[in-house]
Amino acid sequence: MSEKFKRSDGRAIDELRPVEARVGVVPNADGSAMYRSGDTIAIAAVYGPKKMHPQHQQDPSRGQLRCDYNMLSFSVSERIKPGKNRRAMEISEITKWALEPVLLLDKYPNQVIDVFIDIIQADAGTRCAGINAASLALAHAGVPMKNMVSSIAVGKLDKTLVVDLTKEEEDYEEGEGPTDIPISMTHDGKITHMQLDGKINAEQLKEAVDLAKGACEKIYEIQKKALKDAVDFGGEEK
Amino acid sequence: MDKVMTTPEPTGERIRSYLKDGKRFDGRNLLGFRRITIDKDVSKKAEGSVRVKIGKTEVVVGVKLDVSVPYADSPNKGNLMVTAEMLPLSSQRFESGPPKFDAIELGRVTDRGIRESKFIELEKLCIKEGEKVWTVFIDVYSINDDGNLMDAATIGAIAALKIAKIPKYDEESGKVLYGELSEMDVPLSDSMPIAVSVHKVGDSLIVDPTRQEEDLSECRVTLTNHDGAISSLQKSESKELEIEEMKKIFDISEEVSRKILKEIENNLK
Repeated sequence: MSEKFKRSDGRAIDELRPVEARVGVVPNADGSAMYRSGDTIAIAAVYGPKKMHPQHQQDPSRGQLRCDYNMLSFSVSERIKPGKNRRAMEISEITKWALEPVLLLDKYPNQVIDVFIDIIQADAGTRCAGINAASLALAHAGVPMKNMVSSIAVGKLDKTLVVDLTKEEEDYEEGEGPTDIPISMTHDGKITHMQLDGKINAEQLKEAVDLAKGACEKIYEIQKKALKDAVDFGGEEK
Repeated sequence: MDKVMTTPEPTGERIRSYLKDGKRFDGRNLLGFRRITIDKDVSKKAEGSVRVKIGKTEVVVGVKLDVSVPYADSPNKGNLMVTAEMLPLSSQRFESGPPKFDAIELGRVTDRGIRESKFIELEKLCIKEGEKVWTVFIDVYSINDDGNLMDAATIGAIAALKIAKIPKYDEESGKVLYGELSEMDVPLSDSMPIAVSVHKVGDSLIVDPTRQEEDLSECRVTLTNHDGAISSLQKSESKELEIEEMKKIFDISEEVSRKILKEIENNLK
């Protein structure tokens, strides 16, 4: 890996953008969270577990997770037409797959947990920010979870692997160009989501997975802190 | 979704225990692909079309071209649109109506594999910068679903592109003269992108599942290999994977894609 590679915002190759995470941002919801990575801001709200409607979609053997990812029309330079597009539908499903493994859904027959994710401002990595926010919101809602899920986009710019791409980096044009590799992991290092667009050989892709593991550990700590900060134990400061 | 139409559990248990011993019902090994056959020109009105069979799985894929306005962020490049439909005719499981998620994902994953590998040289499909470019439509239809529509779709797409001819275009009237094909091929790079989906069934990793096997798949990772590199990847379904398992999948896809590539080249000769 080239050590001299300079990122346009001066970050080290394994350095996250400035992150901010907070829970309780939507008081109406059973759980909610905001996750900001640089100029990408996602909020997520959880409603449930509650009875599944419509009734014919109920599953008597287990509860279900429904995710809805949406970008606000003004979250990017060129306005997005409001409503469902194929990209949003796919990311909604990807998000569900990323989170489902940590939930004890078999404890909630006939029920559903709804997760709504909205991207307020986008500067790449929106699906990862959305998953990080959703994982936090589920924990904040008190939904029993085996683990947290943390998500990061690893990128390859020409030949160098970096973490947490910005939009500017996603549009990198030199050499082999950009490769975007969003990955989500549980804290014990299991991959619950992975995608890739670009060009990379198998050996370097293995390195990218290891790099994601390191980044997800950092995000996990940030998520844990956000949850702890929200708890008022009622004790006096000593 | 519909629990009634899935592989019955006793059969499922048998399939899993066979896989543990490295065997499959049809005699293949875990990383064995069924025979691939490609028939060309299944529809004369398309600029290029093929029928692809992988065992009993069958898709038809057509390429159509039209002249349109380029996207603002790529004024000198042609456009690519890939869509997939799971026809009700091809399985009891598919219903009429707006596309379900499976069909949307099939189209999008196929699209990204072709787009990211830069197989189509889109900059050569520019007629007048910022005003007129060719749009390449690739439409995939299932005819019989016996598993692995995903890999069949990409094979069909590249084969149809390989044989497609660009129609004549009357610059003055701005009309595409369909039916009058030029001698011009769709500009393609030399190396074909090959999609390989690796499925996790029980503790086994397999490729090219039959419908019965695919029902038991808890996780699918589709990789598009191209020129010794991976140009797209999508992990589908909820089952989590160990890091080492994922790394093994990269190697499996590379190995299997080389075999498929050879078979496609033989088919297209």
